[in-house]
Amino acid sequence: MKANDPQIDDQGRLRHFLTISGLNQQLLTEILDTAESFAGVTEQTVKKVPLLRGKTIVNLFFEASTRTRTTFELAAKRLSADVLNINITQSSAAKGETLLDTLRNIEAMHVDMFIVRHADSGAAHFIASNVAPHTSVINAGDGRHSHPTQAMLDMFTIRRTKGPDFGRLRVAIVGDVMHSRVARSQIHALNVLNTGEVRIVAPKTLIPAYAESLGTRIFHDLRTGIQDADVIIMLRLQHERMKGALLPSEHEYYELFGLTEKKLASANPDAIVMHPGPINRGVEMDSEVADGPRSVILQQVSHGIAVRMAIMSMAMRSQQDGGE
Amino acid sequence: MNNMAAATRKQLNIHIHGGRVIDPANELDAVTDVYIEKGKIIALGNAPDGFSAEVEINAIGNVVCPGLVDLAARAREPGAEHKATIASETRAAASGGITTLCCPPDTDPVIDTPAVAELIRLRAADAGKAHIVTLGALTRGLNGEHLSEMAALRKAGCVGVSNVQRPMTNALVLRRALEYAATFDLTVFLHANDHWLANEGCAHEGRVATRNGLPGIPAAAETAAVAHLLALIEQIGVRAHFCRLTTGRAARMIARARFDGVPVTADVAIPYLYLTENDVSDFDSQCHVIPPLRRVEDRQQLRAALQNGTIQAICSDHQPHEPDAKMGPFPSTEPGISGLDTLLPLSLRLVDEKILELPELIRRLTVEPAKILGLPCGTLSIGSAADICVFDPEQTWLLDAKTLCSRGHNTPFSGWEMQGRVTHTLLDGRRVHTLGT
Repeated sequence: MKANDPQIDDQGRLRHFLTISGLNQQLLTEILDTAESFAGVTEQTVKKVPLLRGKTIVNLFFEASTRTRTTFELAAKRLSADVLNINITQSSAAKGETLLDTLRNIEAMHVDMFIVRHADSGAAHFIASNVAPHTSVINAGDGRHSHPTQAMLDMFTIRRTKGPDFGRLRVAIVGDVMHSRVARSQIHALNVLNTGEVRIVAPKTLIPAYAESLGTRIFHDLRTGIQDADVIIMLRLQHERMKGALLPSEHEYYELFGLTEKKLASANPDAIVMHPGPINRGVEMDSEVADGPRSVILQQVSHGIAVRMAIMSMAMRSQQDGGE
Repeated sequence: MNNMAAATRKQLNIHIHGGRVIDPANELDAVTDVYIEKGKIIALGNAPDGFSAEVEINAIGNVVCPGLVDLAARAREPGAEHKATIASETRAAASGGITTLCCPPDTDPVIDTPAVAELIRLRAADAGKAHIVTLGALTRGLNGEHLSEMAALRKAGCVGVSNVQRPMTNALVLRRALEYAATFDLTVFLHANDHWLANEGCAHEGRVATRNGLPGIPAAAETAAVAHLLALIEQIGVRAHFCRLTTGRAARMIARARFDGVPVTADVAIPYLYLTENDVSDFDSQCHVIPPLRRVEDRQQLRAALQNGTIQAICSDHQPHEPDAKMGPFPSTEPGISGLDTLLPLSLRLVDEKILELPELIRRLTVEPAKILGLPCGTLSIGSAADICVFDPEQTWLLDAKTLCSRGHNTPFSGWEMQGRVTHTLLDGRRVHTLGT
């Protein structure tokens, strides 16, 4: 791991969780193993463990979110932490308070951990470098940069269905990689876990410059892109992408890059289909596929709780040992 | 005015002795003496008959050269006095050996009327630490639509016109604006940046932006604009200067145009000769600049273009900010680097790195930018104004952002070792900076 990585403490443990980039395989595996132990908890009748009792966790969301915020909240509550949800829409930002002022005000309430989502790439890094020494920051999505907990729950889902050996897997990520923080984090995580092949499939308008430098093979045709794939990850296509000149229409996108049962035939017979949600049915994929036997989309959501419990408890462990 | 200030305001008889005098305009590089009377250089070498010095400046071991001419420095006045003022920034210029600053028109209000140009001139004269010349707006309010009153701006002292980085509505307006500027023999200062291709990006579209998810500005935003502008310049015959090149490809296009006889000039801002896209990989907002820092190869090619003369001048592209402007997630921070303090020491590194010989470097900081601005300064010719910089080329020091003389402490070079320190700056024969006072 990189020296002076802000998310790692001097003992090599997780202090913040900002990006997958820079983390090693051992740490990612530890997250997945810890999540495995919490997965049991979430299936019990009493779904709580006292690991973070007395801790205050703030969900600080500068962008709207339902699913991510909810699973973070549930994860925190299952760890017995106190949770505060703060949604700062753009209108309150327009009141003139700077991000730093907002942060300082909330921090004055003696917060132990911030879960942050922000529209700017690098926002989580900025917040992490400005919080008090014993406060952890977990990135719940910053701009187009990173959404590392989503990537880890996806890795967890892949490991649960495909086994621990990522080396034999072909994974295809389909759709708007350009604007996707989820895709960037997935690509990093898959490569850290030594995935056999990471492919991205999209028209050129949705693929960022030098995407191959992230460790991917680029395809512009869905059938060949998912050929013999073991895992197919469909990305959400934001409706506003249709307004610019990125794509001509949802219809043509669906024709070329929408996943149907028919196109799925070129993948491995036991391939799984994933999506970070929410799905645009009839754009990224057919309902038949989304609700079909290969879809693990709902598992992804429930795995999100265990994985987030794992990450929160690991980051807090570093804070507790380091700070007391 | 106290006595101290009064003394620096006076034009005394000054004798600068024993320095290595470098005046590229006159191909002079020799250890000799300089004599100043009534604000002008009256002799080099031997003292003129009857000269008696009121002030002796010992320059033994130091370099004596024309005061630097900076093609682009924002003093933030009028309009953004919370960032800096003409008084604060001309003081910083003086401490950096810079005697002439060119202020782009994107003040608030914009320099599109003689009144604003006049205001800046008066404030600078009042501060008395450096000359400020202005560029007028190419279009009214820099809106890219209506021509500004260029004849009036010229009469008010604007040395050229520019639309800075603001887009022109269409190529026809651009054509008309260039033609109108040419009518009054005004140099047009062009920022090659295709607004649409730049697409509100904040970093070079390359590996780092892709990894960091930063909206990218492709190299083509610059090269497409250069091609577009060159086509019009060639047809119209306007005198044009390309500001702040960032890509090697654009430099090659300009070299080609010059070879074909199109009389265009170009400059580079000093940070682009040291920093690259890699410097934004940790989201360092101090490296947030527009146009963005490009690839390592571009930095190399810009240095080569400087070396071979495609790029004539080096400037600071000084953009001072208050601390809050840089405190935020990278894309939300304001772009720009405070550069007056570091223009000379960073430029001197180019000598160490064997890009330019010292006299050639000084040419690129003095007479070349002066020529681009159409000003008679940037030389030590007999009879010219005594705008002089004396610096110790050997003195090394560590740059600390907190101690910058500019009010803007926004620099990515904090902690860098600097070589070369200005000991004296003279403006019209007045001492406007003396090291240690």
